[in-house]
Amino acid sequence: MIKRSSHSAGLEPAPFGEDVQLRRNLAVRHRVGAVWHVLFLLALIIGIIALTALIYNILDQTFGLVAVEFKVPPHELAQDGVPLEELSDAQLIALLEARVSKGVLRRLKAEQPLEQRDREELLSLVYERVVQPKIVKSWSLTDSLLRRRSVELEVAQKYPSAQLQFRSWLNPNFINRPQSSDPQVAGVRTAILGSLWTIVITILVAFPLGVGAAIYLEEYAADNALNRLIQTNINNLAGVPSIIYGMLGLAIFVRALEPLTSGALVGGAADPTTANGRTILSAGLTLALLVLPLLIVNAQEAIRAVPSSLREAGYALGATKWQVIRDHVLPNALPGILTGTILSISRAMGETAPLIVVGASTYIVYDPYSPFFKFTTLPVQIYQWTARPQQGFRNIAAAAIVVLLVLLLSLNAAAIIMRNRFSRRLI
Amino acid sequence: MIRLNFELPSLTLGKSAALDVSSPSSEEDSYALEVRDLNVYYGSFRAVKDINLKLPKRKITAFIGPSGCGKSTLLRTFNRMNDLIPGVRVEGEVLFNGHNIYAPGVDAVEVRRRIGMVFQKPNPFPKSIYENIAWGARINGYRGNMDELVEQTLRQAALWDEVKDKLYQSGLSLSGGQQQRLCIARAIAIKPEIILMDEPASALDPISTLKIEELMRHLAENYTIVVVTHNMQQAARISDYTAFLMMDEDRAGYLVEYGTTAQIFTNPREKATEDYITGRFG
Repeated sequence: MIKRSSHSAGLEPAPFGEDVQLRRNLAVRHRVGAVWHVLFLLALIIGIIALTALIYNILDQTFGLVAVEFKVPPHELAQDGVPLEELSDAQLIALLEARVSKGVLRRLKAEQPLEQRDREELLSLVYERVVQPKIVKSWSLTDSLLRRRSVELEVAQKYPSAQLQFRSWLNPNFINRPQSSDPQVAGVRTAILGSLWTIVITILVAFPLGVGAAIYLEEYAADNALNRLIQTNINNLAGVPSIIYGMLGLAIFVRALEPLTSGALVGGAADPTTANGRTILSAGLTLALLVLPLLIVNAQEAIRAVPSSLREAGYALGATKWQVIRDHVLPNALPGILTGTILSISRAMGETAPLIVVGASTYIVYDPYSPFFKFTTLPVQIYQWTARPQQGFRNIAAAAIVVLLVLLLSLNAAAIIMRNRFSRRLI
Repeated sequence: MIRLNFELPSLTLGKSAALDVSSPSSEEDSYALEVRDLNVYYGSFRAVKDINLKLPKRKITAFIGPSGCGKSTLLRTFNRMNDLIPGVRVEGEVLFNGHNIYAPGVDAVEVRRRIGMVFQKPNPFPKSIYENIAWGARINGYRGNMDELVEQTLRQAALWDEVKDKLYQSGLSLSGGQQQRLCIARAIAIKPEIILMDEPASALDPISTLKIEELMRHLAENYTIVVVTHNMQQAARISDYTAFLMMDEDRAGYLVEYGTTAQIFTNPREKATEDYITGRFG
């Protein structure tokens, strides 16, 4: 023993005796453990890097320098040293009368007499109709911050009449304006409203159906071949590519059920441009089908997690099955069910492919006010903008992504707060 | 001891002819449950075989025996809790007030309303203490004064003084022993005739166990109690009658011996009973 220990160089003096075998073995085990530790950390770091890259990429496009050319530079419109922004209402109206063509002026007045419009509106009219700023080139945030000098040089050489401005493509106007063919004035208002309408229909349809099916499968269904087959199919449906649901939605909701989904049957065909079956209702129902398996599986797991001792306690008091389900199973499963619902909503919010198949419209400038309206949603809008060649659309696509993320996160936060409130009340 | 009023006039039950209590005979007067040729199967496996037993009213009967001999399975046939487990089949009869609870047309829900149960692990509902008691009465259609019922029940379960100031706190905030007494209180709140207890004190410390045992003795003045226990001292301390079960070669549980507790523990007729009681096996 002592002889062998003298050979084992590099080992610390052993406080608990000279078992060299054990100490060597221990050192190897610790080393292996350390390697795995590092590997797991690496996995986390790679994940964080990927996420950071994603967010950087989005923000890089959302903000940055733009070169703007004006048809009439604002400083030329200044009167007696008073800049355009500070002109009085009357002066602004006079400006419009003088510089805008007769036809356009007549149309504007028909919409609402100029005198009745507020200052904000008049100013934006002046910008839109007289100043007519045009973004000739835009730069990414990185370039704007790090290569400002060369950007300025480029502008001076290529666009001598242009003015360099810092622009946030994500701004209140962007959120508040409808879609437009000009990236400078295009907004996501209609897309946000479309997304909200669609998601509300999805939840209203999928939540009761999903929870109901889950309760049946967990609490009522006998363990036989047929029910096992159904269960297997539901599990598999949760993994079916979403575009297939798009095909299904197209065949069923848009084509077969057109009288219903277009609103003709209920006398609510709100859209004068005739959406046929390609309405918000069809989109919502398609997404409901898409998240239904996900919701069922999640709700089933939540119901299964309710300890059987609670059910037994209920039955032992002479409760019927429904009384046990209503008063014990469901309240205890609810937080889990809501978690599944949150996941489903997130999934539905981000879906693009099935909606395009179902027939999302590219260009909607009116706010949807009924489920029988033609629809577009944020992801669809983003997809279409990224497909355009102009630089400006890439910028607003990035801004729309930020809007989508914020919308998703706030919806999730609301759902989580609701869930926590529920589970606190019950324990 | 104060004799409490057990009348619950507004707690009316469905009129099931099969379980009508208003047809007494001399036999049914003294026995709460009568088991005849009972066999219980899990699928094709026979868990309990050929049980014949008569359980006297307002007495405590203890089931003892080694692990896996079917004590709990037998107990759960008495209020049809086994119905909830898929693949369980019961042969034979369990007569409650002279009527077979396994006869066709008998509603298992009504059986369980009349034959309550307390489980091994305390399982209060994750609701308030008040609600734990009130729920059973409410779902059974009780329309009297709920506050009164809750107080009366908790007093019977000797829990009132400990919880009267926190009735609206969660039942899960109580200690294990208190939780188990809450479960007993919950069971007696709906005024059953029999209370089945499946090792009610096995998860508890000695002091809590003692309290449960005191409570059981106290409740036996008004209720028939059937208790499964692993603890032979406990059976000897609290029960009036003892049934000893064992596993046969085919792994089915069978009744070895049944008699008064005094007789089983001091003068067992069977060799196996004596061996088990003296700790030679099991």
